Amino acid sequence: MAEAPIIELTNIVKSFGPVSVLKGVNLRAYPGKVTALVGDNGAGKSTLIKGLAGVQPYDSGEVRFAGEAVHLHSPREASRLGIEVVYQDLALCDNLDIVQNMFLGREELGFGTFDEGLMEREAAETLRQLSVRTVSSVRQKVSSLSGGQRQTVAIARSVLKKAKVVVLDEPTAALGVAQTEQVLELVGRLAEQGVAVILISHNLADVFAVADYISVLYLGQMVASVKAEDTNRDDIVGYITGSKTYNGVQA
Amino acid sequence: MTIGAPSQAPDPTPTDVLATRSTAELIGSGQEGTVMDQARAYLQRVRHGEMGALPAIGGFVVLSIMFAILSPFFLTERNFANLLTQAATLVMLGMALVFVILLGEIDLSAGVTSGLTMCIFVVLVNVNGFNWMLALLIALLTGVAIGTFIGFFVARVGIPSFVVTLGLFLGFQGLELIIIGSGGLYRVQTPEILSIMNANMPVWAGWAMLAVILAVSLGTSLWDRARRTRAGVPNRTIALVWIKLGVILVIGGVVVALLSNDRGTGFKPVSGVPIVVPITLAILWAGTFVLDRTKFGRYIYAVGGNAEAARRAGVKVVLIRWTAFIVCSTLAVISGLFSISKVGSVDAAAGRDIVLSGVAAAVVGGVSLFGGRGRLLHAAIGALVIAVITNGLGLLNLPAGVNYVVTGAVLILAATVDAVSRVRAGGSLTRR
Repeated sequence: MAEAPIIELTNIVKSFGPVSVLKGVNLRAYPGKVTALVGDNGAGKSTLIKGLAGVQPYDSGEVRFAGEAVHLHSPREASRLGIEVVYQDLALCDNLDIVQNMFLGREELGFGTFDEGLMEREAAETLRQLSVRTVSSVRQKVSSLSGGQRQTVAIARSVLKKAKVVVLDEPTAALGVAQTEQVLELVGRLAEQGVAVILISHNLADVFAVADYISVLYLGQMVASVKAEDTNRDDIVGYITGSKTYNGVQA
Repeated sequence: MTIGAPSQAPDPTPTDVLATRSTAELIGSGQEGTVMDQARAYLQRVRHGEMGALPAIGGFVVLSIMFAILSPFFLTERNFANLLTQAATLVMLGMALVFVILLGEIDLSAGVTSGLTMCIFVVLVNVNGFNWMLALLIALLTGVAIGTFIGFFVARVGIPSFVVTLGLFLGFQGLELIIIGSGGLYRVQTPEILSIMNANMPVWAGWAMLAVILAVSLGTSLWDRARRTRAGVPNRTIALVWIKLGVILVIGGVVVALLSNDRGTGFKPVSGVPIVVPITLAILWAGTFVLDRTKFGRYIYAVGGNAEAARRAGVKVVLIRWTAFIVCSTLAVISGLFSISKVGSVDAAAGRDIVLSGVAAAVVGGVSLFGGRGRLLHAAIGALVIAVITNGLGLLNLPAGVNYVVTGAVLILAATVDAVSRVRAGGSLTRR
């Protein structure tokens, strides 16, 4: 491996009472690469992500961020390290504009009041770095945006403050064909910026379109971690459903 | 089109893009263009349902023209001054309620909060001989305490605000009865309180007030523009600043000029802007400043728009809700102060009837009961609409019942406009 993983989970365990959801999971994500996390419903994807976000800390296991052991015990800690999660149900306020949404909770102040110009410039710059052309004005209300545009704003929000790891939870689930394409392009550009992207998706076409690595969770265990170019759709479906076993080296 | 793997795609480094394109060229900020472009953009927003106070302003103009035709007294200086003082209590209560309505909450106890705190005030002054300023401070602190109480049960315990404040609406009527006594009535004996509604500033002070408003408006506009320039983002064309100042100058000028004429009926001339006007404008300005330019204000809108999104963004949702109820109850005390200044006495039913008019004022002015949309100015304009209905119908000597029927009809009309504009803005009719 040319580059070291920015985030490395080793032997992660999490249970809710008697129900063991994660049974010693390993996961790596590399800067500038898209790592797809796939698995059937109930495989433990959400639990794994909530641990990364610091919302539900893991019971045991090691988390290394840029080689250093860290404890993700709160959302604040995760976001301090530069781990951002874009949830499936978009966390945007319809009644606010794009800039206000991107800066929500971390507004730039000067003399105790908003520095709107500064926020507007940073928002526009972030969108430009992601080559977003689908919005005409950063002062548009989110209520006037399409599903794809909203997803774009949510992703742009996550990288506004130089995120190192961005987790996208089913970003294309509710989108049409053209908008899905736009969002996938955006995922690619996110990785170009050097961000380690972890993409959760049920849509294998999307996964193969953008992912560099594919990690498959099956009943709380990581059954395969492979380079996208070294595998194919049938194999991945097999790993997801448990009908095939991966015997190669874990990438 | 295929989606290239990241490594194959061209690499647009930020510096490179910066060198070739300015921010404005790629993504606009809605600030560009001439006055006509801005006007078109505004019309576009209105068509998409962001009407703000436009329907209320239209309603105010139409009602004023109608009453001017129907009653020769409507357009007199005396009636105009009367209209302003009649509206002031409702303007204040409407503005108080905006803080909780923006959260999608309601405070049905705001009216009786104003009544109860004034009962306490007047008893402290008249019976216990307190200094009026100390009594007023106690009344305000009681308002803070009431807001803290409501906020605790709504924001912390999670009881719907409708239920908590309905309970207080009933309970406070009982407390008023206990404090004042059934059938009791206390006269307001504090000249400073009475002068709020019944005394006027000198004529020169009215013009000075207008000059201060213009200066503050110009100052904030230029300050904002300087800040945007420093950040390197485009400003709206400066012509808009002059247009805004022109509008303030014309409307304010007409109002101050009318109020500067002698409107006395007896031997003593009466002229000048009523003292309540600058007090109300100062609170309107301060509240708008907080809502538009500070984190607390922005988070009120965010929580009202999508509380879960606000929570995930790190906003302390409980604290914001809690504080908004405190602000509402405290401003309600000031509306109570205006009310007793106008009426001149306090009885055990103080503030019982006004709260729904306050909610109506906010809604008529364009504040959405669904939360997240509306401004303090909207509630003030809505209150003026309701006051003009009461005032005009009163001049026509119509039975009091007509007043309620017309006000109710206007409220339903306004709520319909709100709901329909929500649909056009892309939302749904029901609260999500």
